[in-house]
Amino acid sequence: MTSNSLVYLIALPLFGAAVLLLSGRRSDRWGHIFGTLMSAGSFAVGVSLFLKMLGNPTGERALTQKLFSWISVGSFQVDAGLLADQLSICFVLLITGVGTLIHVYSIAYMSHDLDRRRFFAYLNFFIAAMLLLVLGDSYLNLYVGWEGVGLASYLLIGFWNQKPTYATAAKKAFVANRVGDMGLSLAIMIAFATLGTVSFQGVKEHASQASTGSLTAIGIMLLVAATGKSAQFPLQAWLGDAMAGPTPVSALIHAATMVTAGVYLITRSNFIFDLAPIAQLAVAIIGAITLLFGAIIGMAKDDIKKALAASTMSQIGYMVLGAGLGPAGYAFAIMHLLTHGFFKAGMFLGAGSVMHGMNDEVNMRRYGGLRKFMPITFATFGLGYLAIIGVPPFAGFYSKDKIIEVAFNAGGFKGIALGTAALLGAMITAFYMTRVVILTFAGSKRWDDKAHPHESPFLMWAPMVLLALGSVASGFFFTRGNSLRNWLAPVVEATPSHEGELLSPAVVSILALVLVAIGVGYAIIKYLLNEVPQVAPADVTEFTKAARKDLLQDNFNEAVFMRPGQSLTRGLQVADTKLIDGAVHGIARFAIGSGNLLRKTQTGFVRSYAMWILAGAIALVATIWVVTL
Amino acid sequence: MNPANYLYVSALLFTIGAIGVVVRRNAIVVFMCVELMLNACNLAFVTFARINGNLDGQVVAFFTMVVAACEVVVGLAIIVTIYRSRRSASVDDASLLKR
Repeated sequence: MTSNSLVYLIALPLFGAAVLLLSGRRSDRWGHIFGTLMSAGSFAVGVSLFLKMLGNPTGERALTQKLFSWISVGSFQVDAGLLADQLSICFVLLITGVGTLIHVYSIAYMSHDLDRRRFFAYLNFFIAAMLLLVLGDSYLNLYVGWEGVGLASYLLIGFWNQKPTYATAAKKAFVANRVGDMGLSLAIMIAFATLGTVSFQGVKEHASQASTGSLTAIGIMLLVAATGKSAQFPLQAWLGDAMAGPTPVSALIHAATMVTAGVYLITRSNFIFDLAPIAQLAVAIIGAITLLFGAIIGMAKDDIKKALAASTMSQIGYMVLGAGLGPAGYAFAIMHLLTHGFFKAGMFLGAGSVMHGMNDEVNMRRYGGLRKFMPITFATFGLGYLAIIGVPPFAGFYSKDKIIEVAFNAGGFKGIALGTAALLGAMITAFYMTRVVILTFAGSKRWDDKAHPHESPFLMWAPMVLLALGSVASGFFFTRGNSLRNWLAPVVEATPSHEGELLSPAVVSILALVLVAIGVGYAIIKYLLNEVPQVAPADVTEFTKAARKDLLQDNFNEAVFMRPGQSLTRGLQVADTKLIDGAVHGIARFAIGSGNLLRKTQTGFVRSYAMWILAGAIALVATIWVVTL
Repeated sequence: MNPANYLYVSALLFTIGAIGVVVRRNAIVVFMCVELMLNACNLAFVTFARINGNLDGQVVAFFTMVVAACEVVVGLAIIVTIYRSRRSASVDDASLLKR
């Protein structure tokens, strides 16, 4: 079905960004309200579209809109078209819904910032780009949004770019994303070369005709793209530094929406991955590695935002793992993505609220006992916490346990390995999240007298409350009668497979809960019953030290990519100055030198010229004489 | 009389003129030496005309004389002008093009 209102989803926030950026300081007084209204308008359009889709029969729910013919070269036709199917609309509601809440939050959070209008312009631009990403009906349209969110992320991480470290963090994120973007562009090129089309519909129809090799290549390249955007191993190093951005940005872009674009890409490309088992396995393995990687880093971070960032990385690892498990996992990956969007955004906003009350202190070792001073923040953060560690009936319990269960039931050694990793991750998650909550809200106060912790204003806690409600109820709502799974079925073709399962849902839930209890218990013993030092202890194992430094990922990148790259550029520079410039300068120097030599013959004395003429004449005569002899 | 003797005289005159041009500094003398070389050539032309029994060489000799006359007019005028401005007729002093 076609719908003419799809474009308004993107146009409203884009218009907001344009107005706020172009009108300059004139819109300082009303810019934040205007930006929020644009985002809310987009949300309203999204809800109306969702209701319209609900009213249609299952097979005819997808809405399309052709905007204009974009590229038309021979047989290569790309239309700028929008597609809102069951998968896209989930993202649309998440992006605009959470996005609007975070706009509201930012009105208060950024109220003291002179550049608040610019901040809202970027936020609106991000919403527009992200919506284009999920609404594009071809890989090329998706790519435009993909680059747009990368730009928005860069601008917002470096929003306070007067601090050089923040500007560096923005650059780091941008460069890491570029590596992933290259994967996406290569995937599009391979898809066009082998299938002759880049639209989702076309690729889906023609995928079965392509060889497994080229499908695997496309799949791997899409995975590279996903690792860059979604901070998955081995391109995850930028996410921790991205916390340099204002906290609402961390909540919206680096927790709820943009970093999940990789999961969207893989789920959207299910028709490729289902035909390329190797690429699909690679996706699952990357997800499993990252969920452990992020969880381990999360245990060692004292910066509340970096701990949450590591947790985001880990949770997206779960989603990627789910998406890598094929048709059985897509729906649960998306479910975890949506529930994670609620609880992680809520917790980030909670962290922002804590920072707001603590003079922008981020070190959890300088918090402690804040629940008395910030009851609403504590309650909302606590609900998010219960959701992320997977306590029933909160959202994370439904989504995460399902992924663990599907992983175990993937069959054979693969299933056991992936399932064990996911279970272990759940235990570590419980540990580090409990640690965050205890260090921040429980125990005795460890801040100095300069801080005056207080509850945040209404505009800040209201979005947190709404997100907390989402973290409580969304899992139950999505699971009831398999509603989300059935909803997504036309897109991802979920086949409920309950035969030959290794562990039943009940066993997985009990196992997970036991491990979560162990993790929580250990954290309580370590941080609640024992004194927490204000400075991180230095006499720790090498492993902890490594975890504090992001498991040496930066060192690895520096040693393997940055230093050789630097040597290469330096070598090229030397080659340029010595070889190429040397050759050019050498020719010039030769001309100057020979000119100097010849100049010596030009004495200016007439008699010497006469001498030369005479000598030449004699030589001429002598030559003729010798020749004729 | 053997015509070759005229050629010897011509060569001798030319050599004297050439040496004069190279070793003397006074512009007037150098100029006269140039004339001497021209006349040596004329003598050689006339001699060859006599040896070969045609008038080609004599025609060239006349031609040379006309050109030499023009050259004397121009050359002397230049030398006089240089002398007036520099108070010297030395060819070594007139080396301004070097700088």
